[in-house]
Amino acid sequence: MLEIKNLRASVEQREILKGVNLRVNAGEVHAIMGPNGSGKSTLAHVLAGREGYQVTEGQVTYLGNDLLGMAPEQRAREGVFLAFQYPVEIPGVSNMYFLRAALNAIRKHRNLDELDAVDFLGFVREKMKVLEMEQTLMNRPVNEGFSGGEKKRNEIFQMAVLEPKLAILDETDSGLDIDALRTVASGINALRHPDRAVVLVTHYQRLLNYVVPDFVHVLSEGRIVKSGGKELARELEDKGYVWLEESGQPTQAGASLR
Amino acid sequence: MTSEMDTIETLVNKEYKWGFVTEIESDSVPRGLNEDTIRLISSKKNEPDFMLEWRLNAYRHWLTLEESQAEPTWANVHYPPINYQEIVYYSAPVRKKDGPKSLDEVDPELLKTYEKLGIPLREREILSGVAIDAVFDSVSVATTFREKLKELGIIFCSFSEAVQEHTDLVREYLGTVVPYTDNFFAALNAAVFTDGSFCYIPKGVRCPMELSTYFRINAKNTGQFERTLIIADAGSYVSYLEGCTAPMRDENQLHAAVVELIAHDDATIKYSTVQNWYPGDKEGKGGIYNFVTKRGKCLGKNSKISWTQVETGSAITWKYPSCLLIGDNSIGEFYSVALTNNYQQADTGTKMIHIGKNTRSTIISKGISAGQGQNTYRGMVKILKSAAGARNYSQCDSLLLGDKCGAHTFPYLEVKNPSAQVEHEATTSRIGEDQIFYFRQRGLSSEDAVSMIVNGFCKQVFRELPMEFAVEAQKLLGVSLEGSVG
Repeated sequence: MLEIKNLRASVEQREILKGVNLRVNAGEVHAIMGPNGSGKSTLAHVLAGREGYQVTEGQVTYLGNDLLGMAPEQRAREGVFLAFQYPVEIPGVSNMYFLRAALNAIRKHRNLDELDAVDFLGFVREKMKVLEMEQTLMNRPVNEGFSGGEKKRNEIFQMAVLEPKLAILDETDSGLDIDALRTVASGINALRHPDRAVVLVTHYQRLLNYVVPDFVHVLSEGRIVKSGGKELARELEDKGYVWLEESGQPTQAGASLR
Repeated sequence: MTSEMDTIETLVNKEYKWGFVTEIESDSVPRGLNEDTIRLISSKKNEPDFMLEWRLNAYRHWLTLEESQAEPTWANVHYPPINYQEIVYYSAPVRKKDGPKSLDEVDPELLKTYEKLGIPLREREILSGVAIDAVFDSVSVATTFREKLKELGIIFCSFSEAVQEHTDLVREYLGTVVPYTDNFFAALNAAVFTDGSFCYIPKGVRCPMELSTYFRINAKNTGQFERTLIIADAGSYVSYLEGCTAPMRDENQLHAAVVELIAHDDATIKYSTVQNWYPGDKEGKGGIYNFVTKRGKCLGKNSKISWTQVETGSAITWKYPSCLLIGDNSIGEFYSVALTNNYQQADTGTKMIHIGKNTRSTIISKGISAGQGQNTYRGMVKILKSAAGARNYSQCDSLLLGDKCGAHTFPYLEVKNPSAQVEHEATTSRIGEDQIFYFRQRGLSSEDAVSMIVNGFCKQVFRELPMEFAVEAQKLLGVSLEGSVG
């Protein structure tokens, strides 16, 4: 589904991604872990097409097409979804209206009928339940006055409604208490499907207790330095990132993940 | 340039669609202003003596203002001096008879013009719901639904007609809210005003349809000076709408109107404007100078006057629809969206003067600036000693699109009664790149993003507009209907 080859990208002349290689197949869940500043969020944003990042080398193929050549909205309509680490507030635009407009933009692209307000409500009701989205949150302006947890739940709720093919979740677990984490995780798990792929970008292992990944990759200084199965995450949790940076030498000092 | 900027450019740089000129023979007076001009206008309209006298007094007062250079300069707008001798003060389409009694007698060219503007007078008559007075340059060319309204005792006609047929009402109320001594442009208007709408709602009558005036400037070098007078007698209700457009011309044209509203005991007047005069071109050439004095008097107890305006046109807008809250428990409201783009300038706001006890006022102002536009909110809330228990809430929000425009807020508060409660909130925001990206990541184009954000920003005001106007206002801002439906 997604193939990243030797991707190099910089922000304001500073190189952040220094040759990333990654292959994600449909049905798989990949976790990308790494210390702060390793380039995790940059990777997520480059895949979504955010401006301000210069891709200097490499290719990204998505469902056989050149992803980097597509406008952000085009990528979204083709099924790429980014759950934001810091979802922005949109005053004056109701959450419900925003999401319906987004869904209809995507449906239109797929030659499906657009949903009116009534059909839309029927369509989202189940998904609201899974993510414990109260009706009041739906009627409020997008993310305005939402708590940190509500914003993250809203992101996963949007994902559930838009049913992407490739979901990239940028630090979705940060700032969540344990209950919210469970709710968010069940939302993600509900979306797991043989036709879909999920890329979880996270600093911590704890989300992976609930959303068990098929593969774990460690990103460090702009490169994937280690890949493995779900047990790699636990190992990192125990030993810290420094364990990898110091070429496999385990150490405790200042490297705890907690 | 980022794509955000591109989007804003394309969104706000839509062509002005109402810029055509109607080829029609017109009867105009020579350029320039003197007592003879005024006598000529008055005699063309066959006015009673008191009107001519009032005009001449206004003119003489205006002359003293002109000599002392009292044209207002405090507003945050800039324009070269206006030569008042270059303006044509009266221009009317030539009529075959004394005035059309029905639409059948209206010049087909004129009907076509209004059709092109999206105001098919004939259809409107059939579709019902809105009664229209169509003002073309200096005169009213048609008023629909008059007979039906007459059955209820409602008078809705052109001002000229009211002077002839409802002389006593005109004499009683003219200039009682905006006297000609009020300001420079009000004095000029009183001297030379040519037409406008007149409306009287009798006691206890709820006007069953929207009353509407559509103002069109067509002739070259012509100033439009109209005057609207609305009187709502005790316990009555009326909702009144006005719309306006003008052809694209390189010269600036002056529009100096006066609107007076009077609400008696328990009466409500809702006054909505969608102002879309020609704003000038991208370089700021041409466009209308919209210098308007609008004021309502809540004379009776429990009376209410509500102003809603959507100001998207004009090169310069200078306008402060205000309320004098005289009656106890009376209510004044002002809801405004003002958009300035390219080189447009707007200095607009309101005055809420609290005189009676427990009077209340609400001010919601939304300014949107794009291009090199300059948008100023100027508002005054004055609570007199007599206004025990008065309350005011003001909210002034500015939205900036791009980085060459400006937003300014000048609130004036004067509170003389310690029991009053006055609140003022103001915000300034910019459409951020991160917001646009958020929309795009969800599959929406940047253009949709800008229009949804702008629309969301204006929602509080749009929902005050009558449905039909809300749609028009949204179209004007190039946005889709959000929130008010479903």
